[in-house]
Amino acid sequence: MRVSRHWRNKLFRYRLVGWRCVSCGAFHYSKPLVCKRCGSREFREVELPKTGKLLAYTMVKIAPKDFKDKAPYLVGLVELDDGTKILGQLTDFTKEELKEGARVEAVLRKIREDGENGIIEYGFKFRPEIHHPP
Amino acid sequence: MVKLNGVAIQGYGGYVPRYRIKAEEIGRLWGREKQELPIEEKAIAGLDEDSVTMAVEAARIAIRRAGIDPKRIGAIHVGSESKPYAVKPTGTIVAEAIGAGQNILAADLEFACKAGTEAIQLITGLVESGRIEYGLAIGADTAQGRPGDALEYTAASGAAALLIGRLTDDAVASIEAWNSYVTDTPDFWRREGENYPSHAARFTGQPAYFKHILGSINELLNGDGYSIKDIDHFVFHQPNVKFPLAVAKALRLEREKVSAGLISGFLGNPYSATSLLGLVKVLDEARPGDLILLASFGSGAGSDAYILRVLDGIVEKRERAPKLKDFIERKIYIDYASYARFRGKLRLR
Ligand SMILES: [Zn+2]
Repeated sequence: MRVSRHWRNKLFRYRLVGWRCVSCGAFHYSKPLVCKRCGSREFREVELPKTGKLLAYTMVKIAPKDFKDKAPYLVGLVELDDGTKILGQLTDFTKEELKEGARVEAVLRKIREDGENGIIEYGFKFRPEIHHPP
Repeated sequence: MVKLNGVAIQGYGGYVPRYRIKAEEIGRLWGREKQELPIEEKAIAGLDEDSVTMAVEAARIAIRRAGIDPKRIGAIHVGSESKPYAVKPTGTIVAEAIGAGQNILAADLEFACKAGTEAIQLITGLVESGRIEYGLAIGADTAQGRPGDALEYTAASGAAALLIGRLTDDAVASIEAWNSYVTDTPDFWRREGENYPSHAARFTGQPAYFKHILGSINELLNGDGYSIKDIDHFVFHQPNVKFPLAVAKALRLEREKVSAGLISGFLGNPYSATSLLGLVKVLDEARPGDLILLASFGSGAGSDAYILRVLDGIVEKRERAPKLKDFIERKIYIDYASYARFRGKLRLR
């Protein structure tokens, strides 16, 4: 059921909050029973940094059914400032700004809408970083 | 006039989406010449933005400036006339997205373009009475004008947030006085289920905008302590460029006392966010000690007016996050076709 899955994962989608394995450091966006990488059962809740750099990107022109009304859109692999790598949509990029190594920041956007009477799913996307404090 | 005691803005944030459409581009469709157009260009929310996402962005900036743990926020009031849901609050989504706690008050407000400044009144009351430590007052709108209507040139998108708490040495600005002035006036309305608002052209100027803004300002200045000449910056609601300048003229203000807070010429009128974004721009530029008068206007109709005093904390706090100028300058121009798609005027199903 999509509404409940979205609701369960909202801490990750809204704020990049998830679980880090205490023994190997792997990041899991929902709390697993055992770490998929090392098998440990100890996790600590973490909020990932909201800024990082773009490692790679691709444009999706033929989108899956649920995202058709948003196509074309960009998907990118981002390395956050603590080294965690995550995949996410990109938004508000110009052609000139779109390059590997570009500084990005996570912002809340509409990810998917379940028709005109369904739930609106909000979540993070990455846009070019606006302000890099000294 | 009501004087407030010990309440201050601890952080503030303005957000303007990246997309702009020139009034000329809209006028191209409807046969209007450049000199007939009320503004230069307006800001438009992207395909994946709405008043919730913009409210979150403004709130996150305000929290960054204040430098506080969002768990200390006790109330969130969001003013908007473009809520994405008819039934489902905006405030709860904002609360979770910024990492606020769960034992808080979250309520949405509605009063055309003045719903954002109303939020300030409620939050200051809760802070002053000691019921909450901090509260967020937010105005956010993706305003819509009917295609071809005069409002289509100005109805814009944007959001602004004020994080309000007790007055401290490192606060941004103290909120010293407020007044509200309301009457039942049929200048602008939207019935349930309608996509676009209606307006009674002959009501929008004198009996609505000017009467209420001047009414609330006159009463605000009618107490002891403040006179027009002491105030360094005036920020008015701006449905276009002409109206706020006409208020300035009626109050005999020098142009430099209103210029910092003028945004409608290049951002348009993002309804609940308009006067608050004007305030954000003034706070980005003001000096400690400056006095600011803010007066909103909402159709239906009413005006909230405030007097704020800029404090030393502004100097360091405003550098902690993007200023309004950063958002104003990062623009991407779009044509009417993209605008129609972004604002849901192009139906895909
Ligand atoms: Zn592990």
